[in-house]
Amino acid sequence: MRRLLRWLIPLSTLPVLVLLAYGFRSNPRDIPSPLIGRDAPSFTLTAFTGEPISLTAHRGRVVVVNFWASWCYPACYEEAPVLEQGWQQWRERGVMVIGLDIQDTDDKARKFIADFGLTFPNARDVTGKVSIDYGVFGVPETFFIDRVGRIRLRHVGAVTTDVFRTTVERLLTES
Amino acid sequence: MIPEIGQGALLVALGLALWGGAAASVGGRAGRPALIESAQHAALGVFTLVTLAFALLVYAFLAFDFSVRYVALNTNLGTPFYYRITGVWGALEGSLVLWAWMLALYTLIVVLRQRERARELYPWALAVMFVVLAFFLLVMTVAAPPFARLSPVPANGRGLNPLLEDTGMITHPIALYLGFTGFTVPFAFAIAALVTSRVGDTWITLTRRWTITAWYFLSLGLLIGGWWSYHVLGWGGYWAWDPVENAAFMPWLTGTAFLHSVMIQERRRMLKLWNIALVILTFSLTMFGTFLTRSGVIASVHAFTQGTVGVFFLAFLALVVLASLVLLAWRWYALQAQGQLDSVVSRESAFLLNNLLLVAAAFTVFFGTVFPLLAEALRGVKVSVGAPFFNQVNVPLFLGLVFLMGVGPLIAWRRASPENLRRNFLVPVALGIAGAAVFFLLGIRSALAVLALALTLFVAATIALDVGRATRARLRGGERLLSAVGGLLIRHNRRYGGFVVHLGILLIVVGVTGSQAWSVQRESTLTVGETTELAGYQFRFDGLQASEESNHFKVVGRFSVSRNGSRPALMQPTKKFYPQETSPIAGVDYTLGLWEDLYLVLGDFTRDGRQATVKVQVNRLVTLIWIGGFVLTLGTALALVPERRRAA
Amino acid sequence: MRLAWLVLLLASYMLGPATPGLAQHPARHVDEEQVHTIATQLRCVVCQNLSVADSPSEMANQMRAVIRERLAAGQTPGEVVEYFVDKYGEWILLEPRRRGFTALVWLIPPLAVLIGLGVVTLLIVRWTRRPPAAPTPARLDPAMSERIRREMEAEP
Repeated sequence: MRRLLRWLIPLSTLPVLVLLAYGFRSNPRDIPSPLIGRDAPSFTLTAFTGEPISLTAHRGRVVVVNFWASWCYPACYEEAPVLEQGWQQWRERGVMVIGLDIQDTDDKARKFIADFGLTFPNARDVTGKVSIDYGVFGVPETFFIDRVGRIRLRHVGAVTTDVFRTTVERLLTES
Repeated sequence: MIPEIGQGALLVALGLALWGGAAASVGGRAGRPALIESAQHAALGVFTLVTLAFALLVYAFLAFDFSVRYVALNTNLGTPFYYRITGVWGALEGSLVLWAWMLALYTLIVVLRQRERARELYPWALAVMFVVLAFFLLVMTVAAPPFARLSPVPANGRGLNPLLEDTGMITHPIALYLGFTGFTVPFAFAIAALVTSRVGDTWITLTRRWTITAWYFLSLGLLIGGWWSYHVLGWGGYWAWDPVENAAFMPWLTGTAFLHSVMIQERRRMLKLWNIALVILTFSLTMFGTFLTRSGVIASVHAFTQGTVGVFFLAFLALVVLASLVLLAWRWYALQAQGQLDSVVSRESAFLLNNLLLVAAAFTVFFGTVFPLLAEALRGVKVSVGAPFFNQVNVPLFLGLVFLMGVGPLIAWRRASPENLRRNFLVPVALGIAGAAVFFLLGIRSALAVLALALTLFVAATIALDVGRATRARLRGGERLLSAVGGLLIRHNRRYGGFVVHLGILLIVVGVTGSQAWSVQRESTLTVGETTELAGYQFRFDGLQASEESNHFKVVGRFSVSRNGSRPALMQPTKKFYPQETSPIAGVDYTLGLWEDLYLVLGDFTRDGRQATVKVQVNRLVTLIWIGGFVLTLGTALALVPERRRAA
Repeated sequence: MRLAWLVLLLASYMLGPATPGLAQHPARHVDEEQVHTIATQLRCVVCQNLSVADSPSEMANQMRAVIRERLAAGQTPGEVVEYFVDKYGEWILLEPRRRGFTALVWLIPPLAVLIGLGVVTLLIVRWTRRPPAAPTPARLDPAMSERIRREMEAEP
């Protein structure tokens, strides 16, 4: 029996190797948000068009808050049309889309909005406080907030039409 | 056409390496010199082919061949000439070419130098080198081909990561890789020893130089990495316990342990099992390091990429670890210790403790690095383990090691009598304690700093004592001072080389202690003409200046620095805007001094250039770290001097 | 001169606000040391492995401003740290918590050192007890003779 103990040495490395293999399944940059299921932090900012944007003003609607930046290529460039289309399709049905520009400059942001013809309200989070309030790591990140003001989903990376539609539909059909 | 030749060369090299490995092992087993000779020719062939591939890759870089995807991603028309050469190893594929080239070179050197000296071990060691080479060539053929084409061919490339446009970029990877690949040779011979059951001292004596050289280059690579981090990355630090820094540090720790424990095997014929295990561990950790950097499993500054490459490296790591440890277990009984100790208080014990602390430190670093993965696997939570953890857990271990640095070289083998202890340690211990008191009286309140400095004093005193005594003995014999010291160094170059290396480490310890305990910093926002002050220095903001460079746009902040009304010096931290990067790169400006470094980082600035935020640091004693590295170099060179035949 | 200003304008990819943080004169005096200390505990979320104190990035800048503001509003350092943990999860702490699952990372390395120390002590004790000249055993069992055979073959 004692002669077999030495084989423990190579065997003992197996758990470590398995753990490292597990590492392939996880993305170290994919950090889950602790805000899911909690009330969305309120904010009030001034849109690029001059009027105020406030989250609480839209209580009762499904709100999609999208954090973006003009330098975030290609993801923000991919999702801008998706968001605009979603806005056009769903605005009559009780959905609000708000874009928040972070870590950016005024003119570049305006150019981005003009280039993509975005008609939903966009504001610049100058101090970054709103992004920190939402636990934002980078851009793009999109938060789906239900009708009673709770964050239900955080999507990291470019939003796709599918994600937009299925999430919004689900949140709208809730009582 | 040329890229295809390069890729083809790598493919043929792979075939040759596989053939060489097979031929060497069969030749070794069956005792057929012809096969071994064939393997040797294969080594030459592999080296030639990999050199060719390397040269072709460099050529593709110099010629702006954007049809090669690797070239297009890592260079553009504005990249300066020398960075086009050094940029070759700036990312994954090229770094593999560099690694393979060094491995091929080492294999060739092993062929040239060892084939006469180690008849039985040599074929198997060669086979192991070929296996490792074959692995890297396989990755370059299948998973990350350096010459992969890009279609359509872009008009301009993306460009080198601007952080890599630095002299550190030229030397850091080379030194580091020389260290990593260098450990392949002792490992290969250890495996050969296990296979042939010749587990005595031969494999160690043969590879002693390789071990020291590899250890040295690894140390150098780590120090240059620290230097590069310090003067490029803009945060005023030289070590962040980043996972990939850790990945290079762990083999250094176990490599240092190995360097010391082989001395016990040489003298006392003990620890055979342990030494083989250590070298297997060291090599495995180098493979683990390349796995970490290239798999993206743990987020880090260096992570090259994610993808299938990581799977290859994990598979090879598993193969290396399992195969070598199975061999170890197989030869278990041949490795049992023959020697014994006479006393607990002896150099053997000191070395055992040294090994314990070094391996424990390596384990701590490993555990901390891998823990986020463990937490996620077991609990599903994301946690991070950062610098504060590593500092707190490792510092006691390192302090213990410093203490042992003073004890080890002077304490007697076998049994240290009270007389021996008194003679060697009374004065240094007294000096250390007195020093601690002095430091405290001088106003140093950090207990750790006092302890670190007192220990340094203790070790320095032991070294001075030993050198002094030996010199005095020679002087009494009629020699003159200079020739006495010189003769001492040359005659016992291993011992005194070790002392010089220890001195280098002491300098590094003092530098680290000083910079951690006494560096200060301040962040201020200044309008033009305003001054901020730190540690007796005044920093006046003089304005901003913009300029266009070959591949980036640069904004320079001009600051006048003076001290107590002295003539102001100009310091110009920059912010560089590269089109291919999403955020600007801060370029620090620093003034190095022996005791103090001034360090300026430009933060945000207003559009009109009237206001700027600047972070000012006064770092203390950091320069000692680099000086320590230089002393380390001298010590290693001394230790490597060939042993002269003893004069009568 | 005018060209320089023009170029400067064009170059501003990432500028701070027109009136940077200094304009926010805090309600009460904030100790910069405290801000720095808190910032060293938090991970800069857009960097790799840097603390908020060390990072030169804009995000870290903004986070430091938030720290400053919260301290000025009267929060304790602990509360400020908790705020960030609340938003980002425990991941944002550079130093893992000492309670809960992460306590493991603090316990296991010292435990390993202790175990290692125990092993080394055991070995030293065992080795100092072995008599200098190993006496020939009265009886030779097969395993032992096998070992002797192997050892004699192995040594050069």
